Amino acid sequence: MSEKKKKLTRREKALIRTKNKLSSPWATAISIIIAALWTIPTVGLLVTSFRQNRMAISTSGWWTSLLPKNWSDFGLANYKTVLGSGYNLGSYLINSFVITIPGVLIPITLALLAAYAFAWCDFPGKNILFVIVFALQVVPVQVTMIPLLTQYVKWGINNTFWVLWLCHTIFGLPLAIFMLHNFMCDIPRELVEAAKVDGAGDVQVFLKIVLPLMVPAVASFAIFQFLWVWNDLLVALAFAGNTPATAPLTARLSDMVGSRGSAWYLLAPGAFIAMIVPVLVFLFLQRYFVRGMLAGAVKG
Amino acid sequence: MDILLHPESGVQKIVAMLFAILLFVVVVAVVLFITNLPKRMPSWGVALLFLLPSLALICFGLIYPSIVTFRNSFYGRDGTQGVGWANYVQIFTNPDFLRVLLNTVLWTILVPLVSTIVGLVYAVLVDRTRYEKFAKMLIFLPMAISMVGASIIWKFVYDQRVGLLSAVYVWVAKLFGHTVTAPQWLMNAPLNTFLLIFVMIWIEAGYAMTVLSTAIKGIPEDLVEASRLDGLNGWQQFIYLTIPMIRPSIVVVVTTVAMAGLKSFDIVRTMTAGNYDTSVIANEFYTQSFQNQNTGLGAALAVLMFIIVIPVVVFNIFQLRKSQDVR
Repeated sequence: MSEKKKKLTRREKALIRTKNKLSSPWATAISIIIAALWTIPTVGLLVTSFRQNRMAISTSGWWTSLLPKNWSDFGLANYKTVLGSGYNLGSYLINSFVITIPGVLIPITLALLAAYAFAWCDFPGKNILFVIVFALQVVPVQVTMIPLLTQYVKWGINNTFWVLWLCHTIFGLPLAIFMLHNFMCDIPRELVEAAKVDGAGDVQVFLKIVLPLMVPAVASFAIFQFLWVWNDLLVALAFAGNTPATAPLTARLSDMVGSRGSAWYLLAPGAFIAMIVPVLVFLFLQRYFVRGMLAGAVKG
Repeated sequence: MDILLHPESGVQKIVAMLFAILLFVVVVAVVLFITNLPKRMPSWGVALLFLLPSLALICFGLIYPSIVTFRNSFYGRDGTQGVGWANYVQIFTNPDFLRVLLNTVLWTILVPLVSTIVGLVYAVLVDRTRYEKFAKMLIFLPMAISMVGASIIWKFVYDQRVGLLSAVYVWVAKLFGHTVTAPQWLMNAPLNTFLLIFVMIWIEAGYAMTVLSTAIKGIPEDLVEASRLDGLNGWQQFIYLTIPMIRPSIVVVVTTVAMAGLKSFDIVRTMTAGNYDTSVIANEFYTQSFQNQNTGLGAALAVLMFIIVIPVVVFNIFQLRKSQDVR
């Protein structure tokens, strides 16, 4: 009896194995097609960015340059061109950094303070206020733009970095508060209460207990805010004035596509200069990025 | 002071940035110092001081402007002359705007639908394979590339002369014995809208794949084993076990990506600037508000986006809470 059962299981296993074998060529083929479709476009542009012969770029497909006899064509000339004085992407790169660093630091710090208040302080109307802050994630950036711009013009600070820092802080706050609050509530209540019994004030608790425990959460949100601010186009176009003084790389590149739409020897290296920083951040901090994503930190 | 407001050289810009950060640090330090001053600060006092900067910014930057925009949507070009519902009527009757609305609907439906399917299929296919990590990274990477970067990458694929799509098109035609030249892909409506939508799908599929993959890995092992013993094949397992088990995650992914699709601006702006019948609400808002200086119409478009996004978000929140209860 038991032997029979065993046999049946073995036969069943074999059956499953054949089924898997039958389905796996299709599965493999589909996954390879998807992977190729998702990778080859980027590879193509990357290859193009190193092709030095401008004539060849605009008359032949990038794959033709991969033939060994054409390898001498590869070099850094295009990168030198876009970073040189004519297109000056280098200074836009600096703008991107100058916009992004405070654009990440400020909202996260403010959100940490607010999240602490929502998580560990008691005050009337706390829940309603928290729901309001949460609900404000719904407001599309577009809804706020014209009134904000009017105000900035009135103050004479439009087309400056200050406006961009302020806007990225404001637009990042609701999500940052919501997400950091969720992480903060995971800190054991006893830990905070024990410290308070020992005579620590809220500031001490915040700085010495909560902050160190929040490092992973801060890291995950920081990557989101970083990618969002670095890759932003709308806020930059609306508030930065699209000049070399303040515009980030994204705005400049978008501009170049409009004015020099088929100059691939410029667009290809430009795109990769804009991409390199977020891709590096992404690759090194992927772990935190995924964690933040699973915690619902996706900005619409 | 001019350096801080209008820095010119790279060094000046960095100085201005450091000054801003320093200023911010001082503000935070003052808040913390005041909070720490009395021997025993009441809890509401701490909350007030900690919340003050955030709430002030939110009121100034989100609540007040939203109210003004709502009002502006009932006013004319420069926001001085009341026009009633005229802006909204124009959006819903003018054929150009109807086209914009139709395109927006396509974006909001197709982007979440296709990227979720692709993400799900891919997550299932590479699950527990030898190259899983690497395979996932390939799909995931477009999320880090800006939408402007993605637009350039795909504009290159769609290039009439040297693009990969054109080459494939010509090659396939040749297989059937025709000699053709590739069309101007991005100028051909309505095909161009779908080509733009695909770029967004390309970006969002990685997000869908990651979230759904995590959900799939969360399905208890014994359930998978049991279904195998019950004789379900791979396809049946997918339909009867995987999909129902990860339903909450699917809903969250679909709604989140739908919101991204609705708000998509960068791709349209960079690839066609909304020409050739490709505009969407988010792009039209920019065009009307900042290029045509028609504040009223722009405001109406923004309010429309707001109205569309509300049910999606509410649905998402309910679903999220439900799935959290389950966990």
